[in-house]
Amino acid sequence: MTETVGPVGQAAGAQSAPGLALELEKISKSFGPVRANRDIDLAVEAGTIHGIIGENGAGKSTLMKILYGMQGADTGRMLIGGQAVDIRSSADAIAKGIGMVHQHFMLVPTFSVLENVMLGTEGGALLAEGRAATRKLLAEFAEHYGMKVDPDARVGDLPVGIRQRVEIIKALKGGAKILILDEPTGVLTPQETEGLFDILRVLKADGVTILLITHKLDEIMAITDRVSIMRRGEMVGHRDTKDTNPQELAELMVGRKVLLQVDHSPAEPKETRLSVSGLGARSQAGYKVLEDISFELRSGEILGVAGVSGNGQSELMEILSGMRPVGEGHFEVLGHRVDNRKPKDPAAMRDIGLGHIPEDRHHHGLILNFQVQENAILGYHNGEVAGAGLLMDRAKIYQHSKRLIEDFDVRNGRATVLAKHLSGGNQQKVVIAREVDAEPKVLIVGQPTRGVDVGAIEFIHKQLIALRDRGCAVLLISVELEEIMSLSDRIIVMNAGRLVGEVARGQADENELGLMMGGGRARPKVPAAQAAASGGESHV
Amino acid sequence: MFKFLGTPPPLPRWAEVLLLPLINLFVAFLACALVIAAIGEKPVEVLWTLFQGPFLFPGNMGYTLYYTTNFIFTGLAVAVAFHAKMFNIGGEGQATLGGLGVGLLVMALGGSLPMILMVPLIVLSSAAFGAAWALVPGYLQAYRGSHIVITTIMFNFIAAAIMVSLLSGPMMQPGQMSPQTAPFPGNAILYKTHDVLHWLGIGKVAESPMNLSFFIAILALIGVWLLIWRTRLGYQIRAVGHNPEAAHYAGINVPRVVMLTMAISGALAGMMALNEVAGAQQRVILNFSGNYGFVGIAVALIGRNHPIGIFLASLLFGALYQGGTEIDFNYQSITREMVVLIQGLIILFSGALYYMFNPWLARLLYLVLPRKSSPEGAVS
Repeated sequence: MTETVGPVGQAAGAQSAPGLALELEKISKSFGPVRANRDIDLAVEAGTIHGIIGENGAGKSTLMKILYGMQGADTGRMLIGGQAVDIRSSADAIAKGIGMVHQHFMLVPTFSVLENVMLGTEGGALLAEGRAATRKLLAEFAEHYGMKVDPDARVGDLPVGIRQRVEIIKALKGGAKILILDEPTGVLTPQETEGLFDILRVLKADGVTILLITHKLDEIMAITDRVSIMRRGEMVGHRDTKDTNPQELAELMVGRKVLLQVDHSPAEPKETRLSVSGLGARSQAGYKVLEDISFELRSGEILGVAGVSGNGQSELMEILSGMRPVGEGHFEVLGHRVDNRKPKDPAAMRDIGLGHIPEDRHHHGLILNFQVQENAILGYHNGEVAGAGLLMDRAKIYQHSKRLIEDFDVRNGRATVLAKHLSGGNQQKVVIAREVDAEPKVLIVGQPTRGVDVGAIEFIHKQLIALRDRGCAVLLISVELEEIMSLSDRIIVMNAGRLVGEVARGQADENELGLMMGGGRARPKVPAAQAAASGGESHV
Repeated sequence: MFKFLGTPPPLPRWAEVLLLPLINLFVAFLACALVIAAIGEKPVEVLWTLFQGPFLFPGNMGYTLYYTTNFIFTGLAVAVAFHAKMFNIGGEGQATLGGLGVGLLVMALGGSLPMILMVPLIVLSSAAFGAAWALVPGYLQAYRGSHIVITTIMFNFIAAAIMVSLLSGPMMQPGQMSPQTAPFPGNAILYKTHDVLHWLGIGKVAESPMNLSFFIAILALIGVWLLIWRTRLGYQIRAVGHNPEAAHYAGINVPRVVMLTMAISGALAGMMALNEVAGAQQRVILNFSGNYGFVGIAVALIGRNHPIGIFLASLLFGALYQGGTEIDFNYQSITREMVVLIQGLIILFSGALYYMFNPWLARLLYLVLPRKSSPEGAVS
């Protein structure tokens, strides 16, 4: 094992300063008229953890795709260990010792861990030899780096943290000396994130050079040695982590001063607008994905639902917004009772004043091939905004979307541009604008700032609080603990499809919430039996 | 280094809509020229005939537009379904049923109603029968998950079988041996265009099967354009086509839209029978649908599912049909199969290989055209 992931430096040539694992010189890449990368220079020292931080659309992903050979640069030079290289495919990148862990896992869920790791190195026509070698490899990884994974577990059954571990092993198995991680912590609990960082530290000690791409400032501060900041396709600065602070990094990323915490006045909750009792649901395969969920949501408050992605939050949102039928139990929204005998579809929900900002804007919130103005009426196309006549009122739709674009500061947003041509943050603003502008009485919000840059996060958070102050009842579901903690007036925590605790604003502590999210420990409020049951199912 | 790897720059819209199809056609004719030269004819002369045939030879324009009418209906049928991302391969069967609808109506009512009532009923009947035939696969797709491609193909065979059994049985003209109905009475037909022009006193127009359904086809083109881009239903159809999950999120009843779309698609295909049955033949004959339903797929493909494109593509195919007949007639060495080959090459290049020249053309234009200064900011 030690020779596959051995110390770096043996390849360091004479042309460059010793100790540089990777250098980029004047890398540029354009997509049509858009310059995604402009004269990027980067020097990464061997055996360090180097962070690359920037807003969405800053060109981080493009740069990484160039590094990994998934896209060719227009101009520029790349050096690995001091030698100029020409990487034209990911196979080239792997041959040059670059491994990559993608933001979205590239695993076959129905394969076992062993089969997944073996993929690409099966050996001959018969699998026995490849299997044996891979099993040995997995044992070595477990021993050497503490990356323990059951080789015969089905990947689809594993929690995300472990799946990511499999991805890292896959990336390193060929003896990679440079490991690129693209937004690796988006789906992890704080504890899982800490586990990942431990692994990264061991790898670093072993001489692996790590490039960490993220938009989370605290992670940069926690683990990197040096950080490079990108903005609008350019490198705007390099800092030693110990010499910088989150405020400075945020300013470099956005190009102006940013409020990292929004003003949050105390809530003044009034009447109950949503009351959920004993809600349950099963997946298509028949597993319980939601069990006995009960809570109340009142006018003028934000109720945060914390939890690791995939613990029933999506199903809860889909049921409350009418996209999925109620399984067991019922809920009452704005005086209307909904259960599986009296379903309401999303159109009916909107009619009674329930808005929904879905967690996945690409799959649900937007139609990417529609123009912004067409997206601005999605879900409200039968209503006033689209005109009352037989044909849609185009002038009215145009004016409506123009107003939303201005009010919600959708940058480069023209009413007629296709939604897919907007950056992630601006796409999200279109969704937020549409739902907030409808002035819902209850708003269900999922991951409002996923993949959104710092400047836009600030704006979106302000909008949500303003909506609350106008009396809306807001249910906020997010996997970003920071977001839940800074916006919510109350927090409930979900694990394995159940509520495992409730915390008031101010009493929430990140570690404790993290433990509850992992099912580790529950607050006294939850009956002991339930807490024990959820603890038993925990994966952490 | 790194020069021109990866994705080409985007093609300007005018180039995609105008330049690319012209290049494709040009290459297709080039390929045809090679084939013609290979069998020992003069390519330029033959291709000139292919052009003259439909447009310039006296009396042929009517034939060209008669074929065009069929393609407009079947092309629109495919296009409407495609806006909801459904591949309606069943135009053939739906057209057959449309013809059955016309036939049954005329046999039931005979000459009892005046033409002013009869013609709208014929139009409705063809559309309703076509729609009903498409609704069954639509239902199976929307609520039972059977794939629309498979079911519509199957329904083509069923439709053909029904037609054979009816035309050789209950619907057959009494006292005749051929599988066809009796001629329709004079109040139950769509007049031929040359007759109408003659009555209007507009000169002498050569006889052709072209009839008033051509103008119904033009109305259908406008109607489909309005439907898709101006109505709420069209908005919902496109939403379902682009992203059914987002449509569901938006409160659109996706299965219902799927059914409605298939009904409209089937109705358009069924209306092809207006041209063939009520207009040209003025009786129901066997196999009047003549594969127009299938060629409609190519028409929609080349016409980029847009009514203007479909009109132009229909005209192209109408011209190819008529021009092909002309070549077949004028050249000993060029057989009917040869004509089909030439038509196939044109479908191949301007349909299936539509985007073949896209990357090259895009790069060429990117180098040649003056560029707008690049905007600040970037997309990932």
